[in-house]
Amino acid sequence: MPLLDIRDLHVAFPSGRREVEALRGVDLTLERGERLGVVGESGAGKSMLAFAILDLIAPPGRITAGSIFFDGRDILRLPEPAIRDIRGNRISMIFQDPMMTLNPVLTIGTQMIETLRAHRDISKAAARRLSVERLKQVSIPSAESRIDAYPHELSGGLRQRVVIAIALLTEPEIIIADEPTTALDVTIQAEIMALILRLCRENNVGLILITHDLGVVAEVTERLMIMYAGLCVEAGPTRRLIDAPAHPYTRGLLGALPQKARRGARLDQIPGSMPPITALPSGCAYHPRCPLATARCAAEAPAFRAGVACHHAERAESRA
Amino acid sequence: MHILAFLIRRAVQALVVMFVISLIGFTIQSNLGDPLRELVGQSVSEAEREALRGEMGLKDPFAVQYARFLSKAVRGDLGTSYFFKRPALEVIADKFSATFELVIGATLIFVSLSVPAGIYCAINPQSWPARAIMSFSIIGISVPVFLTAIFLVWFFGVELGWLPAFGRGETLALPWGWETGFLTADGLAHLLLPSVTLSSIMLPLFIRLIRAEMMEAMGTEYVRFAQAKGLSPRRIRYVHAFRNTLLPVVTVGGLQIGTLIAYTILTETVFQWPGMGFLFLEAVNRVDTPLIIAYIIVVGLIFVIVNTIVDLIYTLINPMVKLPGARA
Repeated sequence: MPLLDIRDLHVAFPSGRREVEALRGVDLTLERGERLGVVGESGAGKSMLAFAILDLIAPPGRITAGSIFFDGRDILRLPEPAIRDIRGNRISMIFQDPMMTLNPVLTIGTQMIETLRAHRDISKAAARRLSVERLKQVSIPSAESRIDAYPHELSGGLRQRVVIAIALLTEPEIIIADEPTTALDVTIQAEIMALILRLCRENNVGLILITHDLGVVAEVTERLMIMYAGLCVEAGPTRRLIDAPAHPYTRGLLGALPQKARRGARLDQIPGSMPPITALPSGCAYHPRCPLATARCAAEAPAFRAGVACHHAERAESRA
Repeated sequence: MHILAFLIRRAVQALVVMFVISLIGFTIQSNLGDPLRELVGQSVSEAEREALRGEMGLKDPFAVQYARFLSKAVRGDLGTSYFFKRPALEVIADKFSATFELVIGATLIFVSLSVPAGIYCAINPQSWPARAIMSFSIIGISVPVFLTAIFLVWFFGVELGWLPAFGRGETLALPWGWETGFLTADGLAHLLLPSVTLSSIMLPLFIRLIRAEMMEAMGTEYVRFAQAKGLSPRRIRYVHAFRNTLLPVVTVGGLQIGTLIAYTILTETVFQWPGMGFLFLEAVNRVDTPLIIAYIIVVGLIFVIVNTIVDLIYTLINPMVKLPGARA
């Protein structure tokens, strides 16, 4: 049984008098210690999925259907205190922008110690010792004094290291990292990503890495899930998806990668943009942008079969 | 010491502000009415008046008169009240305790009500009590303070007869010459209606301010992160969100202290509260110019002191602000 098993997850938001769906039936599994990449453009529902796992969809949004089995229990059927036992303890999160994630009026130490004390019966002094130790693990120089600093006294890169240290404090089984390097300087993005990878490997922590950057997930993850307009359109081992993508959207994303292109050749672009959830196209939501689209694509949504949701998966593969 | 550098800076600023206030005050005095008319009887002839004017220095150039006024003011002499025939500052000092206690009473009321009400409305914005509080606060902002005062006097003082609506009641003289109404039941009963009236100006404003700031804080990334850390809702609300709500509330609150002092004039008048505001209005009616000027200067000084205290508090609760002059 996988550690995390999400089935047919639906999340909806009120829009005018009706509700629109941001997630339209997403499945996801994660084994203990496995690293999964969730990839898609902005608006695909990746962050929504991350927050749904911890049952933290901001109202008025809500989870309308589905189940999230973690270690055999459905999180969505647990009472609030039991969910809090999981949040930040067994499943923790790393947010996108470290400049916004930490509370500006509380010291780093306060924000670490409170996390430990919310989940463990531990003295303040012991929690502080453990926090300093974690700060050292994420390579924060002079951790003993930095723990008393306020977030604004640290650089963006250091702040993200603090966030990672907080995520690791309680020895979680899964870390959900929502675009953890997007807001950072290019020069430290690789450092932070390498740090997350190393810590997950060393501690056998499962990782759900949410990103729009296929280049990053290729190096870090073992399995991939491609999302488009609130659905998973393709899933499978990272290597296979990158070498032989079956869905035209996955192919489009790969074609837009600079590493993949030949020197001097123009980068491929996917024409158009992700539709808003309030105005989804009929049939396959990708069909208006898809080079392989036929009349059937506009009429009928493809089922998710053999790791891909596309009427023309075979054709796409043969062209790859 | 950083705090010392800060205080010195503020003291210099305060001096500049007080200088400007005194200049305005003196200009008013030298252009408002003829002091001789208040001082001497009708039987005094015009020639005698001219002589008196020369004796009192009223014919000197403006700058000379102002310099004389300033040098006296620095020594604590803001002139003699025409009506009371006593130093104006002394007259005001006698009334200071009444106004101070009224402001403290009003502050206690609006702070202790607006904080829980604002937080409640921010956390349960759709609930009916929150909607009721918000509607009430709109009405509260719109109703002028004298109307509130008159209504309270009529309802609680006249119709029900529960509370006194006139004067300060029984006061206790403290050893350092302070008259307090806080220590007697009668004094507190008298304080209730005026301080409710005065707080009614601030209450709706602060409820709305705290609600808006708290809602904003509850929607921030750091509150989401605190939720993702598995903290209790209590800790998220009061430690993470409310601490951040306090910053803008203290800033705006500090500015509003001035408004509060201004409204003491109306409140004290309706309730015949023997404070500085009531005294000021009487002084205006009697064209008691030295007293008017002294009031303006004293209130200016209170403003400066209160704003300095507010700035100090702000730097204490906001780690991102270092005291000016301090090393970053």
